[in-house]
Amino acid sequence: YCLSGHPTLPCNVLKFKSTTIMLDCGLDMTSTLNFLPLPLVQSPRLSNLPGWSLKDGNAFLDKELKECSGHVFVDSVPEFCLPETELIDLSTVDVILISNYHCMMALPYITEHTGFTGTVYATEPTVQIGRLLMEELVNFIERVPKAQSASLWKNKDIQRLLPSPLKDAVEVSTWRRCYTMQEVNSALSKIQLVGYSQKIELFGAVQVTPLSSGYALGSSNWIIQSHYEKVSYVSGSSLLTTHPQPMDQASLKNSDVLVLTGLTQIPTANPDGMVGEFCSNLALTVRNGGNVLVPCYPSGVIYDLLECLYQYIDSAGLSSVPLYFISPVANSSLEFSQIFAEWLCHNKQSKVYLPEPPFPHAELIQTNKLKHYPSIHGDFSNDFRQPCVVFTGHPSLRFGDVVHFMELWGKSSLNTVIFTEPDFSYLEALAPYQPLAMKCIYCPIDTRLNFIQVSKLLKEVQPLHVVCPEQYTQPPPAQSHRMDLMIDCQPPAMSYRRAEVLALPFKRRYEKIEIMPELADSLVPMEIKPGISLATVSAVLHTKDNKHLGPSPQPETLPPTSGKKRKRVSDDVPDCKVLKPLLSGSIPVEQFVQTLEKHGFSDIKVEDTAKGHIVLLQEAETLIQIEEDSTHIICDNDEMLRVRLRDLVLKFLQKF
Amino acid sequence: MPEIRVTPLGAGQDVGRSCILVSIAGKNVMLDCGMHMGFNDDRRFPDFSYITQNGRLTDFLDCVIISHFHLDHCGALPYFSEMVGYDGPIYMTHPTQAICPILLEDYRKIAVDKKGEANFFTSQMIKDCMKKVVAVHLHQTVQVDDELEIKAYYAGHVLGAAMFQIKVGSESVVYTGDYNMTPDRHLGAAWIDKCRPNLLITESTYATTIRDSKRCRERDFLKKVHETVEHGGKVLIPVFALGRAQELCILLETFWERMNLKVPIYFSTGLTEKANHYYKLFIPWTNQKIRKTFVQRNMFEFKHIKAFDRAFADNPGPMVVFATPGMLHAGQSLQIFRKWAGNEKNMVIMPGYCVQGTVGHKILSGQRKLEMEGRQVLEVKMQVEYMSFSAHADAKGIMQLVGQAEPENVLLVHGEAKKMEFLKQKIEQELRVSCYMPANGETVTLPTSLSIPVGISLGLLKREMAQGLLPEAKKPRLLHGTLIMKDSNFRLVSSEQALKELGLAEHQLRFTCRVHLHDTRKEQETALRVYSHLKSILKEHCVQHLPDGSVTVESILIQAAAPSEDPGTKVLLVSWTYQVRGGPRPTELSSDVTTPPCPTLPTSLPLP
Repeated sequence: YCLSGHPTLPCNVLKFKSTTIMLDCGLDMTSTLNFLPLPLVQSPRLSNLPGWSLKDGNAFLDKELKECSGHVFVDSVPEFCLPETELIDLSTVDVILISNYHCMMALPYITEHTGFTGTVYATEPTVQIGRLLMEELVNFIERVPKAQSASLWKNKDIQRLLPSPLKDAVEVSTWRRCYTMQEVNSALSKIQLVGYSQKIELFGAVQVTPLSSGYALGSSNWIIQSHYEKVSYVSGSSLLTTHPQPMDQASLKNSDVLVLTGLTQIPTANPDGMVGEFCSNLALTVRNGGNVLVPCYPSGVIYDLLECLYQYIDSAGLSSVPLYFISPVANSSLEFSQIFAEWLCHNKQSKVYLPEPPFPHAELIQTNKLKHYPSIHGDFSNDFRQPCVVFTGHPSLRFGDVVHFMELWGKSSLNTVIFTEPDFSYLEALAPYQPLAMKCIYCPIDTRLNFIQVSKLLKEVQPLHVVCPEQYTQPPPAQSHRMDLMIDCQPPAMSYRRAEVLALPFKRRYEKIEIMPELADSLVPMEIKPGISLATVSAVLHTKDNKHLGPSPQPETLPPTSGKKRKRVSDDVPDCKVLKPLLSGSIPVEQFVQTLEKHGFSDIKVEDTAKGHIVLLQEAETLIQIEEDSTHIICDNDEMLRVRLRDLVLKFLQKF
Repeated sequence: MPEIRVTPLGAGQDVGRSCILVSIAGKNVMLDCGMHMGFNDDRRFPDFSYITQNGRLTDFLDCVIISHFHLDHCGALPYFSEMVGYDGPIYMTHPTQAICPILLEDYRKIAVDKKGEANFFTSQMIKDCMKKVVAVHLHQTVQVDDELEIKAYYAGHVLGAAMFQIKVGSESVVYTGDYNMTPDRHLGAAWIDKCRPNLLITESTYATTIRDSKRCRERDFLKKVHETVEHGGKVLIPVFALGRAQELCILLETFWERMNLKVPIYFSTGLTEKANHYYKLFIPWTNQKIRKTFVQRNMFEFKHIKAFDRAFADNPGPMVVFATPGMLHAGQSLQIFRKWAGNEKNMVIMPGYCVQGTVGHKILSGQRKLEMEGRQVLEVKMQVEYMSFSAHADAKGIMQLVGQAEPENVLLVHGEAKKMEFLKQKIEQELRVSCYMPANGETVTLPTSLSIPVGISLGLLKREMAQGLLPEAKKPRLLHGTLIMKDSNFRLVSSEQALKELGLAEHQLRFTCRVHLHDTRKEQETALRVYSHLKSILKEHCVQHLPDGSVTVESILIQAAAPSEDPGTKVLLVSWTYQVRGGPRPTELSSDVTTPPCPTLPTSLPLP
């Protein structure tokens, strides 16, 4: 089941062995691009934008919709596009597996208002940093209360009349406002922390295991397996060495199905090159006396950027330029990054053993080169020196402190805004600020897998089937000739799209049970072919915790041992139904006759027939028809004789 | 019969040099590799020659697991791996891996530089040894090889302490290392799930003690320290650099802040600064409260506690000094102790367990005249207090853990024999779990029962499930199938499928019995009469009259035929296939499948 249309922020549901597992719940925040920015300080420019009216001059929407340089925006509290909630009854979801902190932003929507009663599994850094991201989001939106909540435009008839992109926005009626901190806390309390390679049993039916995915602190891929089937869920993985632990590829091998999501959003850009560009543009601007604005999330790539700058600013002679990191969770984010040594790459881990903080931003803070503030209010206004570099959120440029800096610095061409987060189109992000004099540099840094890496990965792990969002099965619309920008594998990947249900192509054929030692002792295997032995098993099957613990021997012979099963057996011995054993083999006539003679039958006549032989026991008035696959004993009503004959026949046959 | 063998090389009915060998399903695992504080000769290290006389240790051990960084659990590691020779993997948690080499180096310095011992491991050996370490996460399932897997659980005792579950197939052993079931000022409580191991190897340091509440002890401690410094005395608290020290520091720090005291607190050795730093970086391993508040204030950044300099010991006036090591057997704590012992105003507080043979143990057992090196006799006038702050589980805690894990057997180590005896009885009586307490070098062998995992075809399973008319999942049901053993692959399938897979044809065995009836009517009528008669007497069975004139009773076919020579008699041909009642045990087909021909009709037809 696919509940999200965004390939990087997935939300899928997998039904496997009567367990319902939700894989990630990403929140599509691109919907906010349709809204006007929320300024921290009254912005005369934004509040004086002209209202938008329909072509026929009807202006009943002018309160809700504003126009800015040819684009129409909704003047309202920003709303987010939720995962599909109608496709499946979310209260039946047993567990949610989270792969990284970007993919859990919709969690409060799922866990709080749908009757969800299950458990959420995530690693500790994912939870902590995810909490920071949510906290920041809630804070950004709540501290700028907006009275107006527009809904008129969502009316289908009206939406049709609106210009693009509002016209094409999907499912606008399900767009929701941001959750509250209370909902966040409640949602996070349902999370159970897990470690990499921890095997988690779900109802004894399936086992799930998180693996390092190398993309972010604590980011994971998941393996969902039963004894005979294995589904791998790969989401947001990276083969580049940045700060997190490298990706664990070996464990993905031998999958029946590999679900592939969260590939790079900028397949054409090379992250290393982008970092270089980032640094040089930053230096250029600062040297010319301008300020640099970096809209970013409070965690993730920023650690790498700070580390680069740490090395770069000295060599570029910019060590006196202050770096500011402004976010309600800036301090927490920097502190948290230092304590997750176990989740870091090897280099950083060994630093902790020295012991030293794993990230150099600790030193930047100590030497006062990097300062962090909860917001532009308070201490920041006193310390503020220009030119400077400011890291702040939110990357959508619709809320957060970044809105203020855009208004403040947008008019000067000395300043530069550098986009590093790939989640939002920078042109759309900038639209409500047009016309803009400041320079805009786009160096998206997305360390997630690109298509070349994907094909390498697929070659390596050899899954039987690949499942991915449909976006990955065709080249991006903007570069339709780039056939290399799609997934290429054999058999072709199965694709899904929002609100679609896909049946995974494997059939479960076997299930694991355990044979208890007493039973194992009683089995008599027969070697049928070299290396293959057979044994008939007839036993009592116990089912517990979805684990088939039996069988244990026949009720008659079962000793009342083994604590676990004792109770059950004494309670009720199952009915002994008639079972039909199967016989196999064929009877060699001559030997059979010899045996008969040995057992005192005389006067035996053998007749050949088309299919076999007929053995006549004239004395006993008995006829035995022997064919290759069947034996038929016809005699008078003499039970003794019959039993004797039966036993003789059975000697030549194998019984199952 | 498969079995688990356990041999303690150290810590069997003793505290110190923990080292336990476990053989489980053909895998050999060494749990901990510690040194003994009470000895300075060969006895301080476990006797590794027990494992093998001349072969390489690597060939005999699949892995080594270190539970935490205390020297009595890891002190012999460089000796073991570098001097005796072991190249296999050594597993420990991240904090243990970080701190362990520092303590080892410290230990080496005292042994070599201070006591001038030769033939001791070198710094390089410690480094080489640590290269063999593989760090594990909590709850991470580490696959040592295809069959052996280990999993770490939080143990609380010190930073990074862990309990380990060792599992091969369906057999498993849990080794607790040292653990603490009550959360303290800086660490959480040990926890394990109901993993039902075959064997639980637990420490039993405080096998007989049930400690009063932590709060009381803390209050007591603070009161004693406070009183002493009020009277101008000096307080010596011998501690190990990591662990208890941090807890007591937090305790004193908060107390000093609350009471606004100015008496200096010192912490000896340069280790401390570093040690506290480790605590800062491994916040996720500490308790809830510290984890929540660390962003605002890291609890391990102390304001009142300063580094100690040797010269301070002679300063006049009150002070509190934390000094290493904790058992007063060497180093700075012993030096300070000797300086201060003569003054009855002063006080030494022993916050932890002391191994026999150490000065700490002597003064705690009431000895007041100590013979020091060089035949000096030191008279101890200072007050000696013992306060159990060791983060070991007490009797209650041990019972609690045993209850949590639900093992089949318990094995006690890391404790004194007499106390173990008491706990052993208690466990056997209260929990009804058999309990062992081997001495060093003594082997305990536990038979285990092994179930064999096989794959069952889903079709068969579902069929059997459906057979029970009631959808009662928990009811045991009879299952009949065929086990196919091919190489090491075991599959349970239905018999039909087995035959098909192996290309064997089914062999039909039919019996037909001629029953002569005197009946002049036509065959069809005879059959009809047979049918109605059977129907009336065999109400529980399915009797059918088929269009071709034959009658079936379940799978038994009855046909009436008229032999040509005698139209007055009819022959009933009763035909059935070979059947067995309930399983492999063939039941006698009762002799009266058809009763002797009666003039009218068979009276009964008991079914097989």
